[in-house]
Amino acid sequence: MSVSLRRSLSLATLALGLTLTGTAAAVPEIQTWETASGAKVLFVEAPDLPMLDLRVVFDAGSARDAGHPGLAAMTANMLTQGAGDWDADAIAERMEAVGASLQASALRDMAFVASRSLTREPALETALATLTKVLAEPRFAGPDLERLRQNTLTGLRQEEQDPGTVAQKSLYRAIYGDHPYAEAPNGTPEGVSALTRDDLVAFHHRYYVASNAVVAMVGAITRAQAEAIANRVTAGLPTGERAAAPPEVPALAAAKDERIDFTSSQTHVLIGQPGMRRGDPDYFPLYVGNHILGGSGLVSLLMDEVREKRGLSYSVYSYFLPMRADGPFLMGLQTKNDQADQARDVLLTTLRGFIQAGPTESQLTAAKKNITGGFPLRIAGNAKVVEYLAMIGFYGLPLDYLDRFTDRVEAVTAEQIRDAFARRLHPDRLAVVNVGPQPGTVAKQGD
Amino acid sequence: MFRTLTALALLAPLAVHAASKVHELTLDNGLKVVVKEDRRAPVVTSQVWYRIGSSYEYGGITGVSHVLEHMMFKGTAKHPPGEFSRIVAENGGDENAFTGRDYTAYYQNLAKDRLEVAFELEADRMRNLALPPAEFDKELAVVQEERRLRTDDDPEALTFERFNAVAYAASPYRNPVIGWEGDLAELKVDDLRDWYRQWYAPNNAILVVVGDVDAPAVFELARKHFGPLKAEQVSAAKQRPEPPQPGEQRIRVKAPAKEPYLIMGYKATTLGQPNIEEWEPYALEMLASILDGGSSTRLSRELVRGAQVAAEAGASYSAFTRLPGMLVMDGTPAKGHDIADLEKALQSQIQRLKDEPVGEAELERIRTQLIANKVYELDSVYAQAMQIGTLEATGLGWPLIYQYVERLSAITPAQVQAVARKYLTADNLTVAVLDPQPLAGDAPAHAAKAGAVPHVR
Repeated sequence: MSVSLRRSLSLATLALGLTLTGTAAAVPEIQTWETASGAKVLFVEAPDLPMLDLRVVFDAGSARDAGHPGLAAMTANMLTQGAGDWDADAIAERMEAVGASLQASALRDMAFVASRSLTREPALETALATLTKVLAEPRFAGPDLERLRQNTLTGLRQEEQDPGTVAQKSLYRAIYGDHPYAEAPNGTPEGVSALTRDDLVAFHHRYYVASNAVVAMVGAITRAQAEAIANRVTAGLPTGERAAAPPEVPALAAAKDERIDFTSSQTHVLIGQPGMRRGDPDYFPLYVGNHILGGSGLVSLLMDEVREKRGLSYSVYSYFLPMRADGPFLMGLQTKNDQADQARDVLLTTLRGFIQAGPTESQLTAAKKNITGGFPLRIAGNAKVVEYLAMIGFYGLPLDYLDRFTDRVEAVTAEQIRDAFARRLHPDRLAVVNVGPQPGTVAKQGD
Repeated sequence: MFRTLTALALLAPLAVHAASKVHELTLDNGLKVVVKEDRRAPVVTSQVWYRIGSSYEYGGITGVSHVLEHMMFKGTAKHPPGEFSRIVAENGGDENAFTGRDYTAYYQNLAKDRLEVAFELEADRMRNLALPPAEFDKELAVVQEERRLRTDDDPEALTFERFNAVAYAASPYRNPVIGWEGDLAELKVDDLRDWYRQWYAPNNAILVVVGDVDAPAVFELARKHFGPLKAEQVSAAKQRPEPPQPGEQRIRVKAPAKEPYLIMGYKATTLGQPNIEEWEPYALEMLASILDGGSSTRLSRELVRGAQVAAEAGASYSAFTRLPGMLVMDGTPAKGHDIADLEKALQSQIQRLKDEPVGEAELERIRTQLIANKVYELDSVYAQAMQIGTLEATGLGWPLIYQYVERLSAITPAQVQAVARKYLTADNLTVAVLDPQPLAGDAPAHAAKAGAVPHVR
């Protein structure tokens, strides 16, 4: 156990990692085809290390919960708890006995099952056989469901003791209202309590189908092997139907200001609005613009105004999280309670100033150098590439997306950024969430 | 939970072609340069590790190493504050730094042709840091916010901090890396100046480079930029040995929370300590993996799934620390169980390790995972550099990356049982319990005002 303290929070890094950059030089060659059952496959041959990363992605995220908050996540989590003749112990033992890993999880858009194994036998065969069974024949056994339900409820209560999570969940609800993106994938206590085995079986039957799946692979296998593997892991899936597109996200009609009383030494301030989708026509101006505003860690405008100039917060960031429908634009920081209003003003003033004036030429040049110069880092490693393949496949981005990325970043102008921010972000209709001690509510507690 | 198998970190290579040799050179001023060539991608990671961290600190200045780490981004005579980060960003780099108990390290991940950018900046701030007082005041406020975020408002982290403070009587591992709140409030820029002069010097640093580079060219570049730096008189840190624990220790931490949390730690030895068998720390590593080396191991299988007494449970131990540490278990009770049930279940796991030799199949699964993980780690140049840096900073030496798996794999069931009996004793135990206190409103009071103007002024 090593205690380590990083200068900037992983949140900011995460936001960077969620966006792709590219240059012609080192882009991996992506091969693509469809399996016999109708699943889309993306494959990159990486012969250097004797290992295979395999990720099967379904349009089966919490956007499909349809009134059962937590359903998609519970379905994904239950996949590894029993399949065919194997219980959870047997699945874990099979994978770990060959040094392989298996994980299943659901986000808002996608659910995924991912394995990593060596390509030598018996590791590869064991990992593939296990993954195939887990996808097609999950047991959804009652006792396992009860156990995961209780542990999920415990996890939800632990989130309620974390002001950052409370703020984030509240902000999503404020931005999305009745839209299915409003709830976090792990659901609500009421929703999780109400889930039945039948709900999970029906969800799996509807969404874990080949035409709703993308298979992404990176590793030391040949094209012929890759074809056989993709056919095998999807063979147990019915062809089925693609999930319908999620509903459009309505713009916020008015500003929202939510203040949540919380016992903490800091106040978390989060600000957001519906942002953009994958493949959005404004993607590049918004991505490069946000990089300057709050997406470039220690050198962003927000970091400079909030942390470097004023020492108000350890972490401050902004990001667009592009999704199938408009994902959020988010800004956030945390500061000791008596500075919360000041910090929030700095956030809003910086955003307004940026929307109004756009970036300077030198800011834009620096951002382009950072994004294009850092491209090789973002695709260095099979773990990174397999996630990009899943993303490109899932969102239907063009296969030359990576090849063209650098050029498209280079082509962005300051005027395009100013124009896109002015059209897409509305400072008079932001959702703002403050989580921390609220002066007005102390008396109420004593009532 | 603290532990995953990857946290074991330091393993010998399988017969993998991409696993290349490590090259080492020590400059005349004492700077050790360690290079590992890895040509899978046109990238490089450059890391400067200093043998300084919170375990070198004494009362009244806890947190100074970490605050100094922050100030390392605040300029030299040649580069004004913020310039380091601006230059690295303009060259497409990722950069950051981290402070631990035993080390402080700075890294840049770059395209391979930008390595010199990192060397120039790191060499400059190794000896020429400006430490402007106005910047210090702001940065100290940032670190105080960091402490609130990471510890004060996180009930489990707060419990862990107090657990360490009770568990260790004399060892500097009792102090949090980020420092005590009161010590931070009293910290002065001159404290940093002294600390910097004392510890930031080529003869107390290791430069680690892993990536698509040629070792001789890296050595040449290192000579050019770091060679002119003057060495410093660096005296060895005192060991401040922990006295034997005279009996079980317990602490209850009351904090606003929704769920209780349990930590149990047994004092345990570490590599390089006198008067132990060399295999003991490796046996403790294997013991920790028997408990929590994946979803098939005992805590997941028996406590989370079997008895369902834990919603989550973990075990953690590191053989690769400068000073002796602990084998730590932690967990949250499952519904219908309380902290006492969870503690009893963890105690019975410890008892079983003393009573029964572990099964050969269990050990074999751990060994297989160690070997596979060694391959997986080669997917990241950063991870490879981290291993080298950790071993060098703790004084154990990088060649251990080639010996680690063999030494772990040689551990027998009898040796695991022996370290369980020797170290996991009742008198060696410290227990911390998070006792949840009400949060404001307890169903958070929403004061939503849809349509209100968000901007206050």
